[in-house]
Amino acid sequence: MLNSSLQQLGAALRAKNISSVELTQLYLDRIAQHNPGLNAYITLNPEMSLAQAREADARIAAGKAGALTGIPFAQKDIFCAKGWLTTCGSKMLHNFVSPYDAHVISQFNDAGAVNLGKTNMDEFAMGSSNETSYYGTVKNPWDTARVPGGSSGGTAAAVAARLCAAATGTDTGGSIRQPAALCGISGLKPTYGVVSRYGMIAFASSLDQAGPMARSAEDLALMMNVMAGFDERDSTSLQRDKEDYAREINKSVSGGKPLTGLRIGLPKEFFAEGLDGDVAKAVESAIAEYRKLGASVVDISLPNSRLSVPVYYVLAPAEASSNLSRFDGVRYGYRAPEYSDLADMYEKSRAQGFGAEVKRRIMIGTYVLSHGYYDAYYLQAQKIRRLIAQDFTEAYKQCDVIMGPTSPSTAFKLGEKGDDPVQMYLSDIYTIAVNLAGLPGMSIPCGFGANNMPVGLQIIGNYFDEARMLNVAHQYQLATDWHSRAPQGL
Amino acid sequence: MSLTTADVQKVARLARLAMNETEIEAARSQLSGIFDLIAEMQAVDTRGIAPMSHAQDVAQRLREDKVTEANQREAFQAIAPQVEAGLYLVPQVIE
Amino acid sequence: MTWEIVIGLEVHTQLSTNTKIFSGASTTYGAEPNTQADAVSIALPGVLPVLNKGAVERAIKFGLAVGAHIAPRSVFARKNYFYPDLPKGYQISQFDLPVVGLGALTIQVEPFSGNAKPYEKTVRITRAHLEEDAGKSMHGDFHGMTGIDLNRAGTPLLEIVSEPDMCSAAEAVAYAKALHSLVRWIGICDGNMQEGSFRCDVNVSVRRPGEPLGTRREIKNLNSFKFMQQAIDYEVQWQIDTIENGGKIQQATVLFNPDTGETRAMRSKEDAHDYRYFPDPDLLPLEITAAMLEQARASLPELPHVKRARYANEFGLSAYDTNILTSSLEMAGLFDSCVSAVGQSNAKLCANWLTGEVSAQLNRDGLDMAQCPISAQQLGGMLQRIADNTISNSGAKEVFRTMWAEGGDADAIIEAKGLKQVSDSGAIEALVDEIIAANADKVAEYRSGKDKLFGFFVGLAMKASKGKANPAQLNDILKKKLAG
Repeated sequence: MLNSSLQQLGAALRAKNISSVELTQLYLDRIAQHNPGLNAYITLNPEMSLAQAREADARIAAGKAGALTGIPFAQKDIFCAKGWLTTCGSKMLHNFVSPYDAHVISQFNDAGAVNLGKTNMDEFAMGSSNETSYYGTVKNPWDTARVPGGSSGGTAAAVAARLCAAATGTDTGGSIRQPAALCGISGLKPTYGVVSRYGMIAFASSLDQAGPMARSAEDLALMMNVMAGFDERDSTSLQRDKEDYAREINKSVSGGKPLTGLRIGLPKEFFAEGLDGDVAKAVESAIAEYRKLGASVVDISLPNSRLSVPVYYVLAPAEASSNLSRFDGVRYGYRAPEYSDLADMYEKSRAQGFGAEVKRRIMIGTYVLSHGYYDAYYLQAQKIRRLIAQDFTEAYKQCDVIMGPTSPSTAFKLGEKGDDPVQMYLSDIYTIAVNLAGLPGMSIPCGFGANNMPVGLQIIGNYFDEARMLNVAHQYQLATDWHSRAPQGL
Repeated sequence: MSLTTADVQKVARLARLAMNETEIEAARSQLSGIFDLIAEMQAVDTRGIAPMSHAQDVAQRLREDKVTEANQREAFQAIAPQVEAGLYLVPQVIE
Repeated sequence: MTWEIVIGLEVHTQLSTNTKIFSGASTTYGAEPNTQADAVSIALPGVLPVLNKGAVERAIKFGLAVGAHIAPRSVFARKNYFYPDLPKGYQISQFDLPVVGLGALTIQVEPFSGNAKPYEKTVRITRAHLEEDAGKSMHGDFHGMTGIDLNRAGTPLLEIVSEPDMCSAAEAVAYAKALHSLVRWIGICDGNMQEGSFRCDVNVSVRRPGEPLGTRREIKNLNSFKFMQQAIDYEVQWQIDTIENGGKIQQATVLFNPDTGETRAMRSKEDAHDYRYFPDPDLLPLEITAAMLEQARASLPELPHVKRARYANEFGLSAYDTNILTSSLEMAGLFDSCVSAVGQSNAKLCANWLTGEVSAQLNRDGLDMAQCPISAQQLGGMLQRIADNTISNSGAKEVFRTMWAEGGDADAIIEAKGLKQVSDSGAIEALVDEIIAANADKVAEYRSGKDKLFGFFVGLAMKASKGKANPAQLNDILKKKLAG
């Protein structure tokens, strides 16, 4: 049951081979057993989960079940969920029981899915190792001395350790793809604007995008069918026709090679200095596998991608510094216990409520927006952002998808990069450009590197090309079994 | 690029973050390192390039001017640090 | 030593939408605290703004009304600062790309003092931009704390910024009044100053003639024209005194205290110099299409300056009359209905009544035109009876007083009060004959050159007719008969 696909779980539920309550309890028991070691969840509420499971069972009994009805999912703690503690990994929201549902949460609720719990994350999604969470670091299920990646580290660990059927993440600079890579699972960051950001606690509004994290591309497609779609409450949500993200996967291929005609672009900048050898090797084998599936390979260049880290570390902190101003101890969240006056209340509440990395980024953002620096930093970064996006537009004249490593290394040790923010920032070097351009990107397992840690293959598509990307990943997963490997001892 | 203590103090004040001297000094050194990373970007020639604020070139959608929100004061204030008579209380505001 | 005064205004007009600028919460004034503060208004984590079409339409109407350029593409920016009435820690406003660009408003200035004559002046409007209002701080009895009500947070504002084109309190007040009248005229703001729907910030500086602009101080949040005048007068004098005493003016935000009549610098908002503006990533560029412009143009009423010109050209009315008649849409509407009731040839009669009795009575009762108890139909009916000589002017005044106090239409009042004047020439001639016969001595005096006695005969005749004789007719007949 734990290794079943979402489709299989849905079928089993609808056939009443298992009830949602039983399945939910199964996961809750596993969580009780394994979460203390992994710390993948911040909040569990078995009562609420089981109540949802009972509703799902009633819906199944009434013959009104959808594809995901009754399946237990975990939700990244960045999504506001009514009645659930929603912390965003921060002390600032240690007592914030959300009075409303995020769009993504409503979509899962409407589909009859069960919310198993809220997963751990870097504080306000700022981090690449899950070490900035106020609720403790998450351990990588493949090696508990190592990080799971971040910021959706709790989700990645929970999915890898089979502590949920699948789960949600968000990705501002790689926060779905990098932890997916480091934990050996699949994750998709959709085109910006495809999934509503309503109710998703903002980090960098122009880059943030929610997406699914699961054990296979097939599962991701089913989740996308629930998560994606226009929402009038988000001005940046795109008005597009509803689409079936599994349509390419479901197209029957009659004989021959399934990916014949597919042109894969390999950016030379993604295979240059800074990439660990073990990761390069796994990615190259994956490309070789793709050739076997009928794809051809084109060498491309993304000349401005080297600037994506500096551009990102101007734009994202700038937006974040403003987005996080609402956390002031007035209407909700943490308020310092002692203060002398209003200014002191603000300064102490924020100093005590935010962790070091969040404060660091607020300060970077405040600085780059402040008087006299705006043009040199913020405006310059926005201009280079366009150059970075244009690189992709050029590249897609020559290829259909772009592939490369998701992360320059496999999971590093807990604490290894703790004191050096710059080293940590550089671990997002291959993922950030995708957010800056607003393109869809995914990561799928493609083997193991040194210390037997998983390696992720990044697949970057053109705008709105998720269905094709999912099929490209799916064909690889039909031909290989990296995605179905599970960590030992769980 | 190296930031001065005064730069960091000013930023901390603007961002409403209480910081003691040790924290200011630590932040100064880390932020300087980060700005070294960012500095690479400043040499790029961007003359004639339009800044990109959004991933998609789409115009703002407009909402009909109709009331859709009901009073939820009770639910919202149940999670507030301090309220009285329906008001959020803060230390005295001096104008 | 002479001084030049330089004044510019920033006026915050609350737009008369049903809902907030970025959410579907009601904007009704006077609700219980925070009952109209929805998730967006209190800035819950994760909520997002969606722009209200009604606010955009109103901004376009204003731009068209002041002949301004409407930006086909404008951008919302975040103005970052911490304040308890600003829940997000930033205000969504427009910064370098506002929706309304350069326009102008022509005003009639009536100097406050001296024998100076009224004059016309054109004040340039730099820009007008959409933004959200903040909440309110309540300094009640909360154990020394301040209470925050966020009902007002997110109410749409159009901030209208003028060039520093005004050089007296009179000009500033005239501009503010003209703007106040215009926003109500075009239906974008209710203009209720007590409720804060129309709030003025006044930038004041002084300089000696020929010198560069002085440092300005901004008087915040004036919500009455009287206070505006007092505040400017005080501030100007304070600045002049300060400089003449060897001091320097520091740029500052000041508040006017109506009780003392003084201005004083605000103590808060010390970071006002660094708002860290940047384009709001939650909102996309606002694009105004030709269709939207056309729709707004079609929905605009005839504008005051167009009406003024028409009244002058078509009816030959004076500038004094046309100004009063276009002081509000209601006044102009009443005038237009009256003219259509009595005909264009009697437009002056209508103007006289509206600028005279009607305005005076409204003033006495402390009402504005929208609250006028007499309908256009009632007033038109009365004016018709004046025009067709059914009632005299004094009779009309009585009709008017009755209408105002008790209602009713003119004909019924004329009938009930017997105010119909005698226009039967035979009857008047008989009456005049009797008077001449009974006052032979006076007639003789008159005929010998004592012209002043004419009034005596008019008085007698009016008395005899119980005031109902048509005065013009009576005059004619008397003149003819007295001449012998």
